[in-house]
Amino acid sequence: MSGTGEVEIPEVQEVSGTGIPIRGNDIDTDQIIPARFMKVVTFDGLGQFAFFDQRFDDDDNEKEHSMNEDRFKEASIMVVNSNFGCGSSREHAPQALMRWGIDAIVGESFASIFAGNCLALGIPTVTADTETIRELQDWVDEYPDAEIEVDVEAERVHYDDRTIDVQVDDAQRRALVDGVWDTTALMKSNAEATRAVAESLPYVDLD
Amino acid sequence: MSERTLYDKVWEKHKVTELPTGQTQLFVGLHLIHEVTSPQAFGMLRERDLEVAYPELTHATVDHIVPTADQSRPYRDDAAETMMSELEENVREAGIEFDDPTTGNQGIVHVIGPEQGITQPGKTIVCGDSHTSTHGAFGALAFGIGTSQIRDVLATGCVAMEKQDVRKIEVTGELGDGVEAKDVILQIIRKLGTEGGVGYVYEYAGEAVENLGMEGRMSICNMSIEGGARAGYVNPDETTYEWLAETDEFADDPEKFERLKPYWESIRSDEDAEYDDHVTIDGDALEPMVTWGTTPGQGVGINEPIPAPDDLPEDKQDTARRAQKHMRVEPGQTMNGYEIDVAFLGSCTNSRLADLRRAAKLVKGREVHEDVRAMVVPGSQRVQRAAEAEGLKEVFTEAGFDWRNAGCSMCLGMNEDQLVGDEACASSSNRNFIGRQGSKDGRTVLMNPRMVAAAAIEGEVTDVRELKEVSLA
Repeated sequence: MSGTGEVEIPEVQEVSGTGIPIRGNDIDTDQIIPARFMKVVTFDGLGQFAFFDQRFDDDDNEKEHSMNEDRFKEASIMVVNSNFGCGSSREHAPQALMRWGIDAIVGESFASIFAGNCLALGIPTVTADTETIRELQDWVDEYPDAEIEVDVEAERVHYDDRTIDVQVDDAQRRALVDGVWDTTALMKSNAEATRAVAESLPYVDLD
Repeated sequence: MSERTLYDKVWEKHKVTELPTGQTQLFVGLHLIHEVTSPQAFGMLRERDLEVAYPELTHATVDHIVPTADQSRPYRDDAAETMMSELEENVREAGIEFDDPTTGNQGIVHVIGPEQGITQPGKTIVCGDSHTSTHGAFGALAFGIGTSQIRDVLATGCVAMEKQDVRKIEVTGELGDGVEAKDVILQIIRKLGTEGGVGYVYEYAGEAVENLGMEGRMSICNMSIEGGARAGYVNPDETTYEWLAETDEFADDPEKFERLKPYWESIRSDEDAEYDDHVTIDGDALEPMVTWGTTPGQGVGINEPIPAPDDLPEDKQDTARRAQKHMRVEPGQTMNGYEIDVAFLGSCTNSRLADLRRAAKLVKGREVHEDVRAMVVPGSQRVQRAAEAEGLKEVFTEAGFDWRNAGCSMCLGMNEDQLVGDEACASSSNRNFIGRQGSKDGRTVLMNPRMVAAAAIEGEVTDVRELKEVSLA
């Protein structure tokens, strides 16, 4: 007997924690998680491989990278630049970041499949303009222990004594704030309507 | 918002309902799965005690990790063997058709769908693979999804999506000698940027696109994602129908073909369709393109100088500087003459029979440069057999190419086919990201398949128009 897929989905109204800057435009998912670490059948343990080739040399010695610095080890809010997460659709990328400790990402812009994958994990991807992001990255660099608060519902980020306006995609905001970002059970409850659509399509042959 | 485009029509026909988030619950007509992105989704299904809702609309293959040399089981790579076994178990349990290598139908997921005829106009097609956009060449609405979304599709037959804007990209004129579909898409990405397509679906149109065969249209739609667009499509026409008529789905069932054709015709964008944006690309002006950097947007004509980072828009400068350092190129130089160590002819962008045929014409009677290791990886077992039957394998192997079995291979370095150290590769694939081909110091130069053949022969990036081709018997 098949279940309904009902699981507890937390509401994500705000996320707070310390920050970590990852600088550079067009950071692709092959950089976030190189393909050789995807030869696995679960996502467990992927955190240690996040940005692996940027963090380690051929002999696994640490290279200069913010994720290797002690001051950022406890960070949960990543601050990135434009077109972050472009390329491969691999969910392994946000899974690796989440398992490393990231709960929210603030950036200039995100590739669409990546943003969708983050949403499916309950990770907000919020955006602001280039200058605002650079200021935030510089500030995080200077104050790695200071708290940042990402208010998804109000579309604001609070840090230092500042409040900046950020953009959150409408559907993403509603999904996170109302706790409906895990869509399996939600869509399964429309099974009859789904079957009706399937039967209306001339190319669909159902068993 | 767009109106009366193919995208609008297919979207409406597959819409189940609007979700509380404002997203649309969209019915999926074909769910393609492979070994890398699906095992976790099946795991999530088990955790939630859910079954696959529409196994009859789901189709599996193995491509990313499959070895292209020795395919005997168990695979030499334990991790690859585990992934393969897991997929075998998952599809068996769910009753999903699986084109494993023993069937003779295995291949890259974006090659086998079209060649079997299950990729059709007006279908919604998803796969846990960003190059699912390829299937848009047939007028399908096709896009890549992540693993949690695969779980959604397996469990419900649907995906939750927001509607995108539609940008019509009109490629005018006629493509010149040596210029192919690959050059068109590299130019589009260069012009509109790697994130220019975020929030858009691309409709490719215009004389230069309409005159392409299905393989060329697939090469263009394939790399929509490299331009940031999750999906791209070409309206179906006689070229599309001719391809479909010869596939398994319709060759023995002309009635089915006639029954579906009115539907295919009905979902074409109307003459007076409205678009959110419209861009024109001058097809006459194109020359063979090559990339000089580490994103697919960093391309130039083969004889065009590599740009100085300072001359680029401010947000592209840092990436360009890092890319030029990695690739060891200087502004002002051209890529013509850039030495290569490896030539890779394959991938979901350019590994179909027409691609191999064109490259073979150039290769026949020539030899691969002594400093180059060159390989051909057909996109599917069917492509491989057809190519062997018409003598292409001999043409390539006599010239010194390695002739492999079907798979993704060196496009992403998940099997044994990888760059070593700082090798430079002339590649017919789709991504030149650092580390993409298996070595973080490797250097990838993207180009069309005939350009790859030319580079293999000369040992350096070469203007294909300078080499004469022979006609194959």
